[in-house]
Amino acid sequence: MKMLINVPETVVADALRGMAAAHPELTVDVENRVIVRRDAPVAGQVALVSGGGSGHEPLHGGFVGPGMLSAACPGEVFTSPVPDQMARAAAAVDSGAGVLFVVKNYTGDVLNFDMAAELAEDEGIQVAKVLVNDDVAVTDSLYTAGRRGTGATLFVEKIAGAAAAEGQPLERVESIGRQVNENARSFGVALTAVTTPAKGSPTFDLPPGELELGIGIHGEPGRERRAMMTSGEIADFAVHAILEDMPPRNPVLVLVNGMGATPLLELYGFNAEVQRVLAERGVSVARTLVGNYVTSLDMAGASVTLCQVDEELLRLWDAPVKTPALRWGM
Amino acid sequence: MLDADFFRRWMTATAASVNREAQRLTALDAAIGDADHGSNLQRGFTAVLAGLEKEAPDTPGAVLTLAGRRLISTVGGASGPLYGTLLRRAGKALGDGAEVSEEQLAQALRAGVDGVMALGGAALGDKTMIDALSPAVDALADGFPAARSAAEEGAVATVPLQARKGRASYLGERSIGHQDPGATSSALLIAALEEAAAGASGE
Repeated sequence: MKMLINVPETVVADALRGMAAAHPELTVDVENRVIVRRDAPVAGQVALVSGGGSGHEPLHGGFVGPGMLSAACPGEVFTSPVPDQMARAAAAVDSGAGVLFVVKNYTGDVLNFDMAAELAEDEGIQVAKVLVNDDVAVTDSLYTAGRRGTGATLFVEKIAGAAAAEGQPLERVESIGRQVNENARSFGVALTAVTTPAKGSPTFDLPPGELELGIGIHGEPGRERRAMMTSGEIADFAVHAILEDMPPRNPVLVLVNGMGATPLLELYGFNAEVQRVLAERGVSVARTLVGNYVTSLDMAGASVTLCQVDEELLRLWDAPVKTPALRWGM
Repeated sequence: MLDADFFRRWMTATAASVNREAQRLTALDAAIGDADHGSNLQRGFTAVLAGLEKEAPDTPGAVLTLAGRRLISTVGGASGPLYGTLLRRAGKALGDGAEVSEEQLAQALRAGVDGVMALGGAALGDKTMIDALSPAVDALADGFPAARSAAEEGAVATVPLQARKGRASYLGERSIGHQDPGATSSALLIAALEEAAAGASGE
């Protein structure tokens, strides 16, 4: 597999150097792997810190900036960062108002963030945590590591980040983050497997005429494999899976997210089908975002995330944000 | 009795076998995980050896505690905190004596395994590193070769199991039929004890 890299060992550091060059409004510590908004700590504001394995860009580093994350910690490709990184980030961004960790529910992320919280609390930093677990493809939580954190991470980081930017206290920012997660569900499909730089070949074998339903964002295979479906059939399957788990009450934010190698032409076509299914099911759509936001390296495919919002959450979604990957209103 | 040099040889032998088997660990991980177990442990044990070189800890407990700390700080994922906790807990349990008995080592490793189970929430049969470590620690009373066999058998016995913890659990029944990469690397760690002991008798 050809890749636009030097050697696999330096892909994360190389990307961070490039990010530093492109975004002078961020402080990028390449050696310690921490991305911080340059004006941090911001007096009187709760700071949001997230992180996770690399390979999901723009998540999380691309969401650092006013109105969203204060800092992000990239790990190795598909490997959660280490506690030292998050503790360092927390110390860099804490204004005294406390730090909220946004953690995707994977065993490694949870363990490393918990260890980081202990380190930060030892330094006198108040830490709270929101665990994101929105993936409906993982059904039986008793016999699994629990639902994975996927597309809803963007909604949690944006909406809780807006609450923090308004100067709301840590308990409130945390509860808003949890509220977003509880009202968000995702479902993803893969048309191809993913190739990590370290392995250099696809992580699983997916024949040309088939797709994987219910995939995560780390190249892990899904729950089920079927003969290739049309965009409309996939939208039916994904949206029904979500609505079965979360019967709609309020209007929803829609994220139609590309996994990395699916062109926007296809993503917009897929969005048309998602909107059709939602209309058929009587779900009202408040806002829609289409693009590559929570990716899985070079995987082809897409995920759908729906997040039910009340007026307050919608207001926070619409609030100004200025990050490399998401910016409006400022 | 086992001295700090024994524990250094254990870590060195583990690093060597992780290097040797990295491709296989990553291939096992590709089948039911995310294809990075080999490279992650390689990075971790390389850092362990560098740390041992630099800080030159002089007791068995200090060697393992440092190794555990280095793994936590460099590996990431679930295996960093889990392997790090295993060695750090065992190191703390060994205390600060200059030499420890094989029985003390067995007790310390049991404390380490208990720490891993508490942190990760896994029990025997969940298709994790515990399936190799726990029987190996039980077998330590019969010597290092017995522990090695128990660990290797434990790792192979994960093949028919359905994963209930970690990333492989997302696959549900599709995780059946694959050997667990964490149990496999745990067997390498236990097997390296035998090499460390052989190193001493050969000197």
